[in-house]
Amino acid sequence: MADASTLAVSFMPTRRVARHGSMHRLMRHRSTVALLMCSPLFVLIGGLVVYPAIYAIYLSMLNKGMTQFVGLHNFAFLLKRDTFRLVIFQSCLFAVSAVVMKAFIGFVLAHLMHNIPSGRQRIWRGLLLVPWVIPLALSTLGWWWLFDPSYSAFNYVLNVFGFPTVAWLGEAWPARLCMITVNVWFGTPFFMIMYLAALKSVPEQLYEAAAIDGAGALQKLFFVTLPMMRNIISITVLFSLIVTFANFDIVRILTNGGPESKTHVFATYAFQVGIQSGNIPLGASVSLFMFPLLAVFAFFVLRNVTRRTKEIAA
Amino acid sequence: MLTNNVTRRKALKIGAAAAALPLVHIRTAGAAGKVSIGFWDHWVPAGNDVMKKQVAAFAEKNKVEVQADFITTIGNKNLLTIAAEAQAKTGHDALAFPTWNVLAYADSLEPVDDVMGRLTTKYGQTNKVAEYLAKVKGHWLAIPTSSGTQMKGPCARISIMKEAAGLDPVAMFPANAGPAPGAESWTYDAHLKAAEACAKVGKAFGIGLGTTPDSVDTAGALFAAYGAELVNAKGDITVKSDAVREVLEYAQRLVKVLPKDAVSYDDASNNRALISGQSALIWNPPSAWAVAKRDNRPVAEDSWTFTAPTGPKGRFVPHVPFFWGIWKFSQNKTAAKDLIDYLMQREQVEARCNVVEGYDIPPFDSMLDFKVWENVEPPKGTVYNYPVRLQHKGVAHIAALPAPPEIAVQIYNQGTMPTMFAKLLSGQSINDVIAWAQNELEGFVG
Repeated sequence: MADASTLAVSFMPTRRVARHGSMHRLMRHRSTVALLMCSPLFVLIGGLVVYPAIYAIYLSMLNKGMTQFVGLHNFAFLLKRDTFRLVIFQSCLFAVSAVVMKAFIGFVLAHLMHNIPSGRQRIWRGLLLVPWVIPLALSTLGWWWLFDPSYSAFNYVLNVFGFPTVAWLGEAWPARLCMITVNVWFGTPFFMIMYLAALKSVPEQLYEAAAIDGAGALQKLFFVTLPMMRNIISITVLFSLIVTFANFDIVRILTNGGPESKTHVFATYAFQVGIQSGNIPLGASVSLFMFPLLAVFAFFVLRNVTRRTKEIAA
Repeated sequence: MLTNNVTRRKALKIGAAAAALPLVHIRTAGAAGKVSIGFWDHWVPAGNDVMKKQVAAFAEKNKVEVQADFITTIGNKNLLTIAAEAQAKTGHDALAFPTWNVLAYADSLEPVDDVMGRLTTKYGQTNKVAEYLAKVKGHWLAIPTSSGTQMKGPCARISIMKEAAGLDPVAMFPANAGPAPGAESWTYDAHLKAAEACAKVGKAFGIGLGTTPDSVDTAGALFAAYGAELVNAKGDITVKSDAVREVLEYAQRLVKVLPKDAVSYDDASNNRALISGQSALIWNPPSAWAVAKRDNRPVAEDSWTFTAPTGPKGRFVPHVPFFWGIWKFSQNKTAAKDLIDYLMQREQVEARCNVVEGYDIPPFDSMLDFKVWENVEPPKGTVYNYPVRLQHKGVAHIAALPAPPEIAVQIYNQGTMPTMFAKLLSGQSINDVIAWAQNELEGFVG
């Protein structure tokens, strides 16, 4: 009996040590620990990004009743429709012109801000960030009241000074202009703050060296500032382009795609076709339409950014 | 000295309680089973209150645990909820389905012929629109409800119509079951003449040419009155017809006297036009009148709701029904059916109709004798002619009927009909507009 109990006691701890040892060795690999610590992120990305994206692609390849796989038929069908071609034009016009204007105004504002003494800069920076902080749906509602078809505040002012009323949201081009204006108003602070951060990181010695070489303000801008800011400009433009192409709130609140469907963008048209008209696969196709183009654009932009970063590091 | 007693934990509790506010959870002792239902969040708060009481009474009587949610149409939250639950195959047992959504989710809905059989035996048939929107291959897939169901005939300013157009809506359509003296003379020609006369005095008819439902419903009634179909019942595109041309000729004259901002009208624009006193007539349920009663009483006292004009092919009154449907994946279909059956009994429907001042239209004609429409004021009887009455000699209609529903829903939701009118306003010829519509419809049919 005594032997047996002695054996049992000596056997159990040996197994525990062996198990503990292999786990310990595994945990000593830094890559294993890193993988484990990142796993919640992988689950989140998988569940909230990868799965919905793949599901949306799958949906876009089904028929209306979602009972049959139809390949790229929905995309081919959309391209034949006049209204959808108009949606492509409007989305491109909206996104490209808004991003260009946001980038330009943001760049100018960042420079102006950069030249303000640091004490007062904080106040101006805070004030200029206000449009970006207010929830877009709310601020667009405010703009809608200004453009309102019947009681427009802008028209009231125009009328006071003897100018005729403008159908801000009732005609195609003024309505498109209103949409772009609201988007620029909302998005410019993002560009400004990014460019301001980039400007602050440009070494002062470069400007001093340029000044010694006799460079003027414009030459400093084109040969020092812009090359040093190229990466941040590329990334902000790319990021903003993707977000602006996906914009929904502004159009939905201001015009709902009207007049005559001349202000619809991908997101609002996808909602109308997919949710309101009950054709979810076609709606998914509309919303995914720009995905390949934007993916290719993003690939080249990010590749150039990586290259330039390596060049600077070298 | 004031101290800050709000801890993070307390804030979380308050937040959770606030989030749960729109949910009503009714549990009775000995509950036998559980059912969850998502109702339309009524714009009249009392409409939700009476529904809660009725649900509680059902729960108590049947010993069933009921969870009732009120889902708003603001931001299309109801549509998003329906779409999400259909995809996930989980959620409520039953939901309120607006107009076209029963057909859109037909494959996911439980047939309710048994409930409809009991209700129609007791209360008679429903109108054709309800049948068109919820009866698929001979089976009812949802029950037409009163909650949210509306008509959208004209609501006019009595004094302006009298002075500017020489028409007295009260005399034409009095608030009683007797004959309507104006039924014959209230034609689309009379409507156009009145629109022109009112526009001359700066009180244009507030008819929209946007793509939201109010604009679509008005245009749909006009098309139907002329027998103009964009797509017929077989699914053939019939836009190149004399009837469509006739409607467009009429519209060419009408759009000239509509407000300058008509193309950018949404469903609130016409309400505002009436309430602010800018418009002599709008096509809308009595919600605009109800708000005027609160915010601008003289306008409410001077408003009268009546039926749509008649055209060469008859009188068609815009009708937007709501339905209660039960998902196939529901875990308690029997309890959900019993609850809906209970809520559709005459006394329940009447109680709900009373608190919303007659806004909700029952799906059964036999229920149109509720006293609420006679009694509501000011002025007394102002909404008596809001439901389609026998003496109106009209029928309920939804734009794009009789096109096959999968095509009609696109015509409706993409606002094809009012957009055709908007194009006329922008100066396009009738031929151009028809050509544009043909191209659009080919996309819907294809």
